[in-house]
Amino acid sequence: MQRLSIPLMLTLLFSALIAASQTGLIDLYIQSVIMFIGINIILSSSLNIVNGYMGEFACGHAAFMAIGAYVASILNVWLFTKDKFFGSPLLPPEMAIYCFPLVLMAGGTVAAFAGMLVAIPSFKTRGDYLAIITIAANFIVTSTIINMSAIGGARGFMGMKKIVFAMEDVVDLPWMLIWVIIGTVFSVWLIRRYVSSTYGKGIIAIHQDEIAAEIMGVNTNRMKLTAFMISSGLAGLAGALFAHILGYINPGSFGILKSTECLVMVYLGGMGSLSGSVISAILFTLLLEGLRFVIPWIDAGLHWLNLIPDAYEISQVWKWVIIPLILVLLMQFRPEGIMGNKELSDIFPRLRKWYQFK
Amino acid sequence: MLESIIQNLFNALQWGSFYSLIALGYTLVYGVLTLINFAHGDIFMVGAYIAFFLATFFLGSLQGIPGWVTLTITIPLTMVLTACVGVALERIAYRPLRRKGANRLYVVITALMCGLILENGNLALLGASRKSFPEMIDKVVYTIGSVSLTNLKIAVIVSAVLVFILLQFIVTQTRIGMAMRAISYDKFAVPLMGIPIDAVIVFTFVLGSSMAGLAGVLYSMSYPILDPYMGALIGWKAFIAAVVGGIGDIRGAFLGGFLLGFVEILVVAFFPSTFRDLIAFSILLVILIYKPTGLFGVAKTTKI
Repeated sequence: MQRLSIPLMLTLLFSALIAASQTGLIDLYIQSVIMFIGINIILSSSLNIVNGYMGEFACGHAAFMAIGAYVASILNVWLFTKDKFFGSPLLPPEMAIYCFPLVLMAGGTVAAFAGMLVAIPSFKTRGDYLAIITIAANFIVTSTIINMSAIGGARGFMGMKKIVFAMEDVVDLPWMLIWVIIGTVFSVWLIRRYVSSTYGKGIIAIHQDEIAAEIMGVNTNRMKLTAFMISSGLAGLAGALFAHILGYINPGSFGILKSTECLVMVYLGGMGSLSGSVISAILFTLLLEGLRFVIPWIDAGLHWLNLIPDAYEISQVWKWVIIPLILVLLMQFRPEGIMGNKELSDIFPRLRKWYQFK
Repeated sequence: MLESIIQNLFNALQWGSFYSLIALGYTLVYGVLTLINFAHGDIFMVGAYIAFFLATFFLGSLQGIPGWVTLTITIPLTMVLTACVGVALERIAYRPLRRKGANRLYVVITALMCGLILENGNLALLGASRKSFPEMIDKVVYTIGSVSLTNLKIAVIVSAVLVFILLQFIVTQTRIGMAMRAISYDKFAVPLMGIPIDAVIVFTFVLGSSMAGLAGVLYSMSYPILDPYMGALIGWKAFIAAVVGGIGDIRGAFLGGFLLGFVEILVVAFFPSTFRDLIAFSILLVILIYKPTGLFGVAKTTKI
């Protein structure tokens, strides 16, 4: 019973969140922040499989996110809504609520197969050459989407809000919040299972010494293939959720900057620490959103102290100066990230009594 | 037909020169430190801005001086100031991490963050309006048949080749070049031999960043519109060019830059220009799959 206390607390917290957003206690902005936290948790923990546990340097995570986002959105719009390009819906819109998890899964699966684009070169190359392949893959995916005018090209793709409304018409609940929570819990659970399985031990062995691992009988190619496919598949899931939260996607939002954000979250949390990725995703999102409010205060404060000329205003652009600065400083004082390669339960061993997480 | 091929050839040479100049900086730093200095593209951008301020300052304050004098003052000053920026990054951000023995990838992330600071800091301080670079020397167009060449185009190509020869000479023939190669060969034995490792690393950053500064001047003279994000994409592409050439090798970076330039110009000549990145990167990906260590890279043997 004691071991169930943390899962119970989490369940209660999630139900409370859903109830609060249903009754309007928390507004849409806070809801969207919570949803972005969930998505960032999926992104950072899935990238941690490749970059943390396996020790590669993949920097094209946003590419798989883009694939998942586009596949899921196109499927949903094609199946359930009336669209200029795809015509009338194939299935009644009331079905959307039942098919939504399937569509999310389809997005994830296609992204996982796209992950093979990176996984197969990784059999032969490692390190910085693989880093390039992932960057090139990111550019290739975004510019492919730009060149497909059928799905909007550089203008982007929209219509996903209709799906969310169709779901709310059937049962009036904050569906996107629910799906994001389910997706996040599913991803963390899956990654935890994966990492503690034989496959997970295999990729950790690859991180330590690939040749030694191969001699000991680890099928390195298969390990790498599964690691890349799971990582990119979950990124696709995150992308699919992201697309339905915003209701509009364009290839520009899945560029190298988004990949950089994913990388930052992984290394901020610590390579090879699942709880580190979760914590850093939460912190990073809160920092990103918190600065939105802090910057006007800084502006007012500096003007009040007469430190800067009246004509100059500290704008939101400074957000992207302050965040990297904080991260650079953090790296100087804690070069192994927040958690290093430890899990939360390694630092607080007593915590283990309170949950069972296998 | 032949003329348009030659015309495109020169365009590709010019475009490839910029990639080469930036890729040389990447490859120098990588060769010595095995650090991907992702801030390098933004150092190039800083170089272009420094050149812009110097050129407007000199043209504004020293009336009546011919343009070529301004140019000869601007280029070395820009290179020196840009080198200072590069060395400052090394001193402030990379060296403490290196001393602590942090994982190499954390240094790479720090470099990425420094790049973001540079480009967004520039955007925040100078505003989003694009700057147009002043014209320092008159454009002279040489027309041979129907192939037209500007003096600037020739200067860009020639300076890329000269820089390559200079760097190749420094790395292979001088004492400090020998020290650089020694560090990349064995980082732990080198300080024991009495080689000042930090001084050599600073020298590497000086070389790489000043080449980026030179590229900044030449680029902004050829394409006289500056914006804070100009360095980001060209930096990533130059890095890819360096890797395709075989990162850590000067010849590799030089040829890789020109290869990327040729591919991009050729793609634009035959396809719509939105296909440029797609086809260029696909070709580079195929090259890397067949030759995983790049054109000049040597596969490292791993001892068991």
